[in-house]
Amino acid sequence: MAYSDKVIDHYENPRNVGSFRKEEEGVATGMVGAPACGDVMKLQIKVNKQGVIEDAKFKTYGCGSAIASSSLVTEWVKGKTVDEAATIRNTQIAEELALPPVKIHCSILAEDAIKAAVADYRKKYAGATEDADKKAAD
Amino acid sequence: MDARRKPIYLDYSATTPVDKRVAEKMIPWLTENFGNPASRSHGYGWEAEEAVENARAEVAKLVNCDPKEIVWTSGATESDNLALKGAAHFYKTKGKHLVTVKTEHKAVLDTMRELEREGFEVTYLDPQPDGLVDLGKFEAALRPDTIVASVMHVNNEIGVIQPIAEMGEILRKRSIIFHVDAAQSTGKVPIDLQSLKVDLMSFSAHKTYGPKGIGALFIRRKPRVRLEAQMHGGGHEKGFRSGTLPTHQIVGMGEAFRIARVEMATEGERIRMLRDRLLAGFRDMEEIYVNGDLEHRVPHNLNVSFNFVEGESLIMGMKELAVSSGSACTSASLEPSYVLRAIGRNDELAHSSIRFTIGRFTTESDIDFAVNLIKERIGKLREMSPLWEMYKEGIDLNTVQWAAH
Repeated sequence: MAYSDKVIDHYENPRNVGSFRKEEEGVATGMVGAPACGDVMKLQIKVNKQGVIEDAKFKTYGCGSAIASSSLVTEWVKGKTVDEAATIRNTQIAEELALPPVKIHCSILAEDAIKAAVADYRKKYAGATEDADKKAAD
Repeated sequence: MDARRKPIYLDYSATTPVDKRVAEKMIPWLTENFGNPASRSHGYGWEAEEAVENARAEVAKLVNCDPKEIVWTSGATESDNLALKGAAHFYKTKGKHLVTVKTEHKAVLDTMRELEREGFEVTYLDPQPDGLVDLGKFEAALRPDTIVASVMHVNNEIGVIQPIAEMGEILRKRSIIFHVDAAQSTGKVPIDLQSLKVDLMSFSAHKTYGPKGIGALFIRRKPRVRLEAQMHGGGHEKGFRSGTLPTHQIVGMGEAFRIARVEMATEGERIRMLRDRLLAGFRDMEEIYVNGDLEHRVPHNLNVSFNFVEGESLIMGMKELAVSSGSACTSASLEPSYVLRAIGRNDELAHSSIRFTIGRFTTESDIDFAVNLIKERIGKLREMSPLWEMYKEGIDLNTVQWAAH
């Protein structure tokens, strides 16, 4: 399997590996995939009062492309609002990392991980984003 | 590949380098002594024929059979095809049932599938969790219309040695033809065809420090086994396999098998020490599983699953080592090893397995380098693994509802 330089870079120097404590204020967690399928991604975001993702961390069980995809999205979501983060598409990830067709599922999983984290955030802090959005609009 | 940065080769069950002594012996048969061994009218042919027969005698000596019982083929895959299709076709009026094992090499399994398409019926036995076939279950699978059973001597992935002596006894009593794929066992396990009740045995040169593209099939003469030829032409090899004999390849296989016979005992001991050193290096690691029985096993093989680490990322993290992964991602499909699945390993463990196979040119420092590298990389990947984190938190992963995708 030939990997792009970007995949190899993320695999060898993964960004933002680790975990936040789940009970920490503003932390939401998305876990997707299944061990039997060969990949599981855990993406955590830490959202401030303004609804902006201040920090993100990941842990991934999976191939090099899965690790690179999740490492990349931790970089991308930082500084974005929760709503903005939810618009990241797998095609953007696949393009940035030059994933081969057999590895597209890794980028889909990374998109799903963001969505799962955002959903967890909305569930935990119901109404939080709307309030933040309103404030931003005021 | 830059020669200075070549990874350490620990994949001797995939193939072996040609021993330099073998390569040297082969060369004159390409350039100076190029005759066709089938040429009867001049010295070029005669000397080539003599070289072929000397090599045949060397192959026969390693496995203690009559040289007349050895037929040259292009490799173990062809030998398996000739043995199974040849016997099934010849004996089809006696019955249409064959027996084999789920952990066989694809050369046997795919040939069996082809025979099924032709109207034969095949039973695929499950091995035990240690990789070995239970003799009671084996015997119970045999039927009055069973004509052929095929079981490999040594498994290519997990290195376990099947009880072919006992199986031979069971089969001979019922006059069922017994085929054994011995591609992985020559030079590793003694083979005595005088005592083994095996009727057909497949050999390969390139797993035993000989060249690729040459193999042989043992076809027993007493009691005589009949085969229908699969390759037709000039009637070479007593009509079993037509085609001009590749003298240089055959000379190479003969020399490789001669060296194997002479050096097997000492080499085996050295390799066993290296394998034990490798295993000892992993002993203080958590959640590692050796795949396949350790006792009934060739010393060359160690197949280990590193739980909570995915196989392809593991291979990627071990660029400095040439090893095989049980996760077939590396070979373009996303299936875990069918051998590890057949012995009951779950998908995760099958995905996270590494096969180390040690050989003639492996050194102690190669092993030490491999141990240190693996410990470091496994540690790094586990730090990155959400499954490892959950395991450390005491969560039973079997109770988690995963979203399969």
